[in-house]
Amino acid sequence: MKLSRKFLNDYLDIEDKSLREIADQMTNIGNEYASCSKLIPATNLVIGKVIECVMHPDSNHLHVCKVDIKNEILQIVCGAPNVREGIKVIVAKVGAILPEITIKKSNIRGVESNGMLCALFELGLDKKYLKQSDVDGICILGDDAQIGEDPIKYLGFDDEVIDFELTSNRGDLLSILGMSYEIGAIYNRKVKDIDLSYTKTKGKMNFNLQIETSKCPLFLAKKIQNITIKESPNFIKERLIASGIRPINNIVDISNFVMLETGQPLHFYDLDRLGNTLIVRDAKENEKLTTLDGNLRTLNTNDIVIANQDGAVGLAGVMGGLSTEVEQDTKNILIESAIFDSISVRLTSKKILRSEASNRFEKGLDPKRTYMALERCCNLLEKYADATIIDDFKEYNNLKIEDKIIEITTQEINNLLGTNISEAKIISIFENLDFKVLKEKNILKVTVPTRRLDISIKEDLIEEVARLNGLQNLEGTVPTLPLKSGSYNKLIRLVRNKMVNLGLNETLSYTLIPQSEVHKYTTDKFTEINVLDPMSDDRKTLRYSLLPSLMMIYDYNSKRSNKDICIFEIGKSFSEGNLETKKLACLMTGNYTNGLNKEKVNFYHLKGILESLLDYLGFNNRYTLEIKELPKELHPKSSANIILNGEDIGLIGKIHPNISKEDIFVFEINLSLIEKYHAKRQEYIEFSKYPNILKDVAFVVSKDVLNADIIKTIKQSGGKLLTNIELFDLYVGDKIDQDKKSMAYTLTFNDSKKTLTDEEVMNLFNKIIESVTKKYNCVVRDK
Amino acid sequence: MENDLQRKDIIESLENELKNIKTKNDLANIKALYLGKNGLVTNLSLKMKEIPNEEKKEYGKFLNEIKNEVTLKLDLIYQELDKKELEEKLESESIDITLPSKKIKNGTMHPFNKIVEELEDLFVSMGYDVADGPELETDEYCFQRLNIPLGHPVRDTQDSFYVNKDMLLRTQTSSVQARTMESNLEKKPIRIICPGKTYRRDDDATHSHQFGQVEGLVIDKNITMADLKGTLEIMAKKILGEKTIVRFRPSYFPFTEPSVEVDVSCFKCGGKGCSLCKQTGWIELLGAGMVHPNVLTANGYNPKEYTGFAFGMGIDRLAMMKYGIPDIRYMYNNDIRFLNQFNRKEY
Repeated sequence: MKLSRKFLNDYLDIEDKSLREIADQMTNIGNEYASCSKLIPATNLVIGKVIECVMHPDSNHLHVCKVDIKNEILQIVCGAPNVREGIKVIVAKVGAILPEITIKKSNIRGVESNGMLCALFELGLDKKYLKQSDVDGICILGDDAQIGEDPIKYLGFDDEVIDFELTSNRGDLLSILGMSYEIGAIYNRKVKDIDLSYTKTKGKMNFNLQIETSKCPLFLAKKIQNITIKESPNFIKERLIASGIRPINNIVDISNFVMLETGQPLHFYDLDRLGNTLIVRDAKENEKLTTLDGNLRTLNTNDIVIANQDGAVGLAGVMGGLSTEVEQDTKNILIESAIFDSISVRLTSKKILRSEASNRFEKGLDPKRTYMALERCCNLLEKYADATIIDDFKEYNNLKIEDKIIEITTQEINNLLGTNISEAKIISIFENLDFKVLKEKNILKVTVPTRRLDISIKEDLIEEVARLNGLQNLEGTVPTLPLKSGSYNKLIRLVRNKMVNLGLNETLSYTLIPQSEVHKYTTDKFTEINVLDPMSDDRKTLRYSLLPSLMMIYDYNSKRSNKDICIFEIGKSFSEGNLETKKLACLMTGNYTNGLNKEKVNFYHLKGILESLLDYLGFNNRYTLEIKELPKELHPKSSANIILNGEDIGLIGKIHPNISKEDIFVFEINLSLIEKYHAKRQEYIEFSKYPNILKDVAFVVSKDVLNADIIKTIKQSGGKLLTNIELFDLYVGDKIDQDKKSMAYTLTFNDSKKTLTDEEVMNLFNKIIESVTKKYNCVVRDK
Repeated sequence: MENDLQRKDIIESLENELKNIKTKNDLANIKALYLGKNGLVTNLSLKMKEIPNEEKKEYGKFLNEIKNEVTLKLDLIYQELDKKELEEKLESESIDITLPSKKIKNGTMHPFNKIVEELEDLFVSMGYDVADGPELETDEYCFQRLNIPLGHPVRDTQDSFYVNKDMLLRTQTSSVQARTMESNLEKKPIRIICPGKTYRRDDDATHSHQFGQVEGLVIDKNITMADLKGTLEIMAKKILGEKTIVRFRPSYFPFTEPSVEVDVSCFKCGGKGCSLCKQTGWIELLGAGMVHPNVLTANGYNPKEYTGFAFGMGIDRLAMMKYGIPDIRYMYNNDIRFLNQFNRKEY
């Protein structure tokens, strides 16, 4: 909302306050602004008269002018086609700062030039406000312009503008009157009355108004006759331009001017084209209407239309129709001042056009202003369009129009704010807002005018007190609440911190991924969830696995030649009909450690990270890797399922060579399942005080024998006294058969009750060797 | 006299031999030459029986002295050799300490989560619980229970991703307010924060369609707006520095009344005005207010009995301000060179 200083002055005596001060005070009470500046910021301008104008000796379009600016005569070279002797012009003197240019003394093709004769747009006035003649040439001022005076003032553009960014609840501020009440409340000044007087001719309005929708609670229609269409008076044009609206003619301008004053959008129909019937109804599905801008619109049942017997003539609250537009030959008009359902207007305007009018309908209107605006139009149309106005009008009113009365106490206000504001101060705040206050004992009965649609409950009044008392005065306190310790999800923290400590980078990626990716990296059967109206195909589907995201991050980095990508992410997984679950995914490629003799990441690094994490979370010995069912995106021979307590909690493995030539390793686990199997509390376990006895043995076994199976066999025959088994060497090579491998283990024996004898250990050791060699049909490798 | 001469001869010859000693092995050979089975000194002691009795005592003394002297000299050399040997060993083990280390690099937490953990730690220490709500939320919890009925204009500024008629990706963590209140059947005091992901249809240098918010909610009897200010002052000082000043400006949110925009003094320039605060000295940090009575009622609380405050703050924005990150997209591109920067802790 652009607030013109001159417009504001019409309704509030506020000339003693600078615009900047008003803007800052408005910010303090909750109305922010984007800019606050002069309408025309150009400097060093003066009215001059061209007293001589001759062709430039070295040009076929430039003129050399002598310009009288009262105290001196300037020689100025001018290229405008409309420059001639005898006209009064806007002179930008040397040193003038215009939006696009700073004027300097110059030499144009050998002729000295000391300034510039200006067109209006060169001063910073948007071309959309100007007539074509003002765009094509310099501005020619009237004969009454005084040489040596300020041309901006002469033109009436000596205005200042604050561009407010208002909150969506303050529709009342989309009017000069509303702004005046708000600013008046800051400075305790009364808003002046609006002139609603006009000559009422007695007569009957022969017109048929039918309201056939519930989306139009208030509709006023009035006939205006014998209008003259002409240019608007300057004060109207100036205020429209300062408010960002292009002047057109007196009729259109008055409807816009009254909307700016009162906040009530209006529509004027050419009565002779409209006929004597007006119907407000819901549009029919696929109903067609050509709007003012010449576009053919297809409507639906949510839209509200204004129609006559022949069909729709306007889109209520959004835009009029072309067929009943006021034109140069229009003699009689019908004024529409109405309220339409804000939600319906919002949806229609979103689809068709956001306008000054629709914006106001969406935010809600004061029904009193609906009546006021109609009267104000009559007042102005009589004065500036020579209209004849009969006193009769058509009215449909389904609203109860009354001021709200809210009861509140000083204590209630101070209790919510945590303040100690006096009753007298509170009453003065309400009265400055032009709210009447009736005091009964300690209860304040506050009458809220209908213009303040945003106020309906006590808390709304408390906000008025808070903002006008000044929130900067609020002293902070701390809530008095019982002492307790806060809680948070420790598992997520532990997982994140462990992964970070293991040297991985945490990533944060988008939940929305391409639909084509959602079923990858999983063998789970589920229905994915899609966004109904996605921004793009890349952001269409809620992810199920985090691995597609990590692969995209890998691609992003890989394209930038970033090597050594070791990343993880914790995020949610979505699927139809299931609760959101938390997952942890990890991806590694390149090198894990720095320095010389780097080690390329392999499966066992990733497995180590997974084990470190699961052990850290207390799941030692409760998980295994087994190959059950693998997604096709993983290498079928270098990948596995992760099993915890017999349940599949995730995947680990190498990305299939079909997908990437690079060796990329990933795992993903379901943290929600980990949460379910929450590990037991940590407890001290009695440990043996007797020395360990270590024995090494290597078995030469067939290549397809699994380490886990050998260990299982060793364990079975080792019994309780065998306390640890560690594979310390794996050999494949010339020294043994080609289809064989040598697996060397260190076995640790211990008895918590006594020192073991050599004999006891050797018996066990031999038993172990015997069972392994028998079971796997293998031999012990000689030292 | 004869003994003296003999001693001198032996010592001199020993000293000569020792001059060329290089290794412990050489030394052992020489030691054998003097003190071994057929050694010079050993042979001298064999002569004892030829010595007349009256001279035996003196001869014995002579023998002892020469033995001691030889042994001493040999030991001395041995120690020298030992020392030399150790020095050589150490020398041979010399390394280039400037070669690259074999370190596991420090992992990094995403700056988004660094801020989240910092906020969680602070609020947990003040007795707040960290709540977690669904990201895929119903229209009811995301809007209706927060006093945002269908057709409310605020829905326009929170243009949403619906997945069906009733469900959408939450546009604000405020949805957790409703869930927390509803589930608190005993009406114990509520003190929660809820950090999490939120989604709106928006994508440019300062907006991402996915972003983070932290919601705060306190409800009990007698909670005031001054309490809100005091709480946010503690938070701002903790996160942005002890000198930070908090400023309230009136604003509008459907779920709070009164509502405020909360600014903090610019932590870069201290309020003097700089490019970060666009010369205003202030930075807009979050929106807050007193929980709207309609929200209390909609979620089972009697507004005559209970009051509360709520605040909602953008996590990405806070992280970007704190670390000076210029573009929100850097937060979601996950360039390793970006992530690696956050490899330390602050204390």
